[in-house]
Amino acid sequence: MGNQVDYEKIEKAAKNRKKLVNGITYFLLTIWGIIVLFPFYWMILTSVKSYASYNSEYYPKFITLSPTLQNYADAFTQVPLAQYLLNTLIFTVVTTAIMLVVVILSAFAFARLNFRGKNLVFTLFLSLMMIPNELVIITNFVTITNMDLRNTFAGLILPSVTSVFYIYLLKENFAQIPDELYYAAKVDGTSDFRYLRRVMIPICRPTLVTITILKVIECWNSYVWPRLITDDENYYLISNGIQELRENGLGRENIPAMMAAVVVISLPLLVLFLIFRKKIMAGVARGGTKG
Amino acid sequence: MEKRNAKAWLYLVPAILFLGFFMVYPLIDVFIYSFEEGYNSASQTFFGVGTYNYSYVLHDPYFLQALKNTFILVIITVPLSTGIALLISVGLSSIKPLRNLYQTVYFLPYVTNTLAVGLVFMILFKKTAYSDGLINMLINWFGGNSVDFIDGPYWAKMFVLCFYTIWVVMPFKILILTSALASVNEEYYKAAQVDGTSKFRIFRKITLPMISPTLFYLVITGFIGAFKAYSDAVALFGTNLNAAEMNTIVGYIYDMLYGDSGGYPSYASAAAIILFTIVLTITCINLLISKKHVHY
Repeated sequence: MGNQVDYEKIEKAAKNRKKLVNGITYFLLTIWGIIVLFPFYWMILTSVKSYASYNSEYYPKFITLSPTLQNYADAFTQVPLAQYLLNTLIFTVVTTAIMLVVVILSAFAFARLNFRGKNLVFTLFLSLMMIPNELVIITNFVTITNMDLRNTFAGLILPSVTSVFYIYLLKENFAQIPDELYYAAKVDGTSDFRYLRRVMIPICRPTLVTITILKVIECWNSYVWPRLITDDENYYLISNGIQELRENGLGRENIPAMMAAVVVISLPLLVLFLIFRKKIMAGVARGGTKG
Repeated sequence: MEKRNAKAWLYLVPAILFLGFFMVYPLIDVFIYSFEEGYNSASQTFFGVGTYNYSYVLHDPYFLQALKNTFILVIITVPLSTGIALLISVGLSSIKPLRNLYQTVYFLPYVTNTLAVGLVFMILFKKTAYSDGLINMLINWFGGNSVDFIDGPYWAKMFVLCFYTIWVVMPFKILILTSALASVNEEYYKAAQVDGTSKFRIFRKITLPMISPTLFYLVITGFIGAFKAYSDAVALFGTNLNAAEMNTIVGYIYDMLYGDSGGYPSYASAAAIILFTIVLTITCINLLISKKHVHY
């Protein structure tokens, strides 16, 4: 009988310990969650505080009772925020589109076609993955400047297209498609290009979506190249636009309006993320970098 | 066969053009630039060939400042972010309810614009005439004195930079580590449990060795990424990083290239090659160490 009690005691103690560990785990995870979310909360909160009330708070308040959308109106009227957004949209869409065409064509050549020197060229491509951007950006800057392409979309887009890693990723995916499909198509007299369009691209759609999303995120947030190549406000992307806002525009005095601009800039990608959450996270796990 | 050869090359033409023009040619050119002394970007002429650019860069106080900042940033953020990410991932894999929610929240910084959210960090930490800012308010609550984190003492600025850098790189590390933890075979844990092994011992003897390749991958990419830090610093301290004493090596390269202090592609090239050499060396050391400790 005594043993019975002991077992129960031990079991109870173990359960309690497990509960405690669980509680601590949740507590710590929540703390990190707050650290991650707080800047987002703060930027939304500040963006709806009126200019007067923000500047009168020596100790910033955690809530506001009289939210206003005035700052959003200011952000769009006092600085060319809409222009920055439009530029970024054009840059992102065109760069991603050209990248997709280039990547699909070369991945197809590597995965499906046979030609002399294929392995050599593919190895050379792969070795280019190790080249850091900082090393090639200097000459690209000089090249684009000499071609008089500063402050043009061509100058912004062309050097941003190349993505060796995506060629590799898509080539691996293309190579998984069974050869039989190709031979069957050949027997039917399908051309290579038609086979690529009608069979390979639909089959590898998930990979293509992943690549597209990753490239869109990269383009939307790119800062260094746009900063080097544009000094005309009409061609600013959001990253250097927001930097301009900070140093010469709203930011100097009107923090709430600047935060409104920050919210507007962050929103598109956050929405994209919430829609494609699983795809984006799986894609980044497979092929993302940053940090 | 000849015809097929030509056709295959046709598919490769766009990629080869883009890569050749914007990667291979610049790669060769950057070495040439770095040895051309007294290069003038307006007239595109130079005096001679030699290593003067390297010695100029290595004696430039701005470069030495940038080198020091970058090394401090790397040494602080890489181990800290990897360690915290490991803790969080282990925590995440030990819970069931709300796990997806936490994972989603943790990933948010990945999809934000570094420059834009950096401004939020700036106003959280900045001390102005009107307000000491939120962080200083918290410090005051706990009895501390206000510190200007953005225009103040060196270590205060370095703290903000490290904090923001860690905030930015965490999503990627947590994501990679949680998927690595999920891929460890359950059987090992069960076998260890039957033997009555303690949790900590299971973690040290099973989990860590099993995820060690991922861990080292993160350390290596973390080193490479941290050595290239730049936009985080710009977001917090503005474009004039030299004045803020917060420049990084990459920032130095761009300052040499463009802007008020720019127009010196030769110095920029020399600095870029020095950076690349440092990164390559560190990566090789990492790989050598990993050979000893990583279980593949």
